[in-house]
Amino acid sequence: MPLRRKQTDWQSLGFTAATGLMTASIVAMVVIILGSLAWNGAAQMSLRFIFGGTKEGMFDAAQAGVFPMIFGTVALVVLMTICVLPVGVITAVYLSEYARSTSAVTRVIRGAINNLAGVPSIVFGLFGLGFFVQFLGGGIDKLFCGGELHYGKPALVWAAATMAVLTLPVVIVATEEALRAVPKGLREASMALGATRLETILKIVLPQALPGVITGAILAVGRGAGEVAPIMFTGAAYYLAHLPSHLSDQFMNLGYHVFVLSTQSPDIERTKPILFGTVLVLLVLTFLLNSAGVIVRSRIRARARQAHG
Amino acid sequence: MDNTNGKPIVEISGLNFWYGPKQALFDINLAIQPNRTTAFIGPSGCGKSTLLRCLNRMNDLNDEQRIEGTITMHGMNIRHPDVDVIELRKRVGMVFQKSNPFPKSIFDNVAYGLRIQGSKKNHLEERVESSLRRAALWEEVKDRLQESALSLSGGQQQRLCIARTIAVEPDVVLMDEPCSALDPTATAKIEELIQDLKRYYTIIIVTHNMQQATRCSDFTGFFYLGRLVEFDTTNRIFTNPANKQTEDYITGRFG
Repeated sequence: MPLRRKQTDWQSLGFTAATGLMTASIVAMVVIILGSLAWNGAAQMSLRFIFGGTKEGMFDAAQAGVFPMIFGTVALVVLMTICVLPVGVITAVYLSEYARSTSAVTRVIRGAINNLAGVPSIVFGLFGLGFFVQFLGGGIDKLFCGGELHYGKPALVWAAATMAVLTLPVVIVATEEALRAVPKGLREASMALGATRLETILKIVLPQALPGVITGAILAVGRGAGEVAPIMFTGAAYYLAHLPSHLSDQFMNLGYHVFVLSTQSPDIERTKPILFGTVLVLLVLTFLLNSAGVIVRSRIRARARQAHG
Repeated sequence: MDNTNGKPIVEISGLNFWYGPKQALFDINLAIQPNRTTAFIGPSGCGKSTLLRCLNRMNDLNDEQRIEGTITMHGMNIRHPDVDVIELRKRVGMVFQKSNPFPKSIFDNVAYGLRIQGSKKNHLEERVESSLRRAALWEEVKDRLQESALSLSGGQQQRLCIARTIAVEPDVVLMDEPCSALDPTATAKIEELIQDLKRYYTIIIVTHNMQQATRCSDFTGFFYLGRLVEFDTTNRIFTNPANKQTEDYITGRFG
């Protein structure tokens, strides 16, 4: 019997074309976004713009500067990381090393973390205003500052704390994944040598999971640098004459500044270059912060692969 | 061959063990002689590894386990609630099926248990060296102690794990199929090592390999479906077993 002649399989051909097209359209979107930003933003780039402050010319392309916003964004992200890492890592350690995975408590905690990840960011802003600013800040003022207003108002520290709550699920999930990837054999080897559970976690498990923890931090930073809604009510300012010098000071922020520029400008055409410039700066800054994390992580991995000197 | 009537170092009596609802060990009674090598043999899932893990209470790490009966070491019940598990595990070391060196340097691997026990630094170097010598690894690694343990070959890694275990001077060393992932040359080295080590330690080894049991053990227990079918000198078990099941297993009729 002769073999059947090969026939064109239109179905699979069509499917291949469709998947390829979709993928290409995503790449195209990224290229268009980055390209137009780079193209339009590059015109605004100057040392004056990056390292200068913004005074009367906030909406004037020739006089605008974004240094206070860069400073505020970096300060926010650094503080947020300091807040979120210990809480996130300790929670992940509890869930992965101590909690019984089948217990009701564990399931409730996991549900809470998943729900936290799904809450709209503006809700975090309102939560931060109510809990951190009014309740915590107001409480501190009442108890330690004799009722004077120091902490009971939007401030860098409260914005960072709010952002930390927002990014907590990311850190927990990344850390837990890293902890779970540590081979069971290493834990057993450590315990079999007479190490306690705590010693095993501190000396064997966490060092192994460190790159994963940093992955969590990188994701959190990426999220924290760009979010505007959580800091609108909790610390970001429309305009400040001075850089923040204290945790209880308000701060300017690149993302919030973009919002201000696009909604408050009296002449949107004249503001447009600043808008593109600011967004480009935000993008580059996020990239730099992430790169720093990636470099730290690869150093740790390289050191783990070689010997410990 | 010694008789079985010496004063045993470990005695197991009336031991029953469950993983959740499934009973894994049934009424195990067994005495382990000091400075001898005892082999546990039997088909997969017969409970020999489970029993091994009862001896340093590694099974405690499993939430679902339940255990009945007594295990004494030097006459003391190791299952008593007052027993310090950490202390027990320092006295009863364990070498695992899959070599599991820490992703640290060769030196730090051997020093790990010592550091946990708070050894002084100068003392540390001596002990690391003597442990590596006893594990027949010193000559191969003495010039590269700071290199990663993961750069060693499989057989070397397993000998490193043995060195790490004996560095804390345990009385008993448990070995859970220590050669199952190694090639014949590396296996031969470990078996030779086991012969040497029983001068200092009591060794209990779980193995699938009956030649291995005959080559390096003094006593052998045959396990089947969670029961200890027969326990005797290795010589008797392999030349003149009392039980039909044992005979069938060692002659390769099932397993």
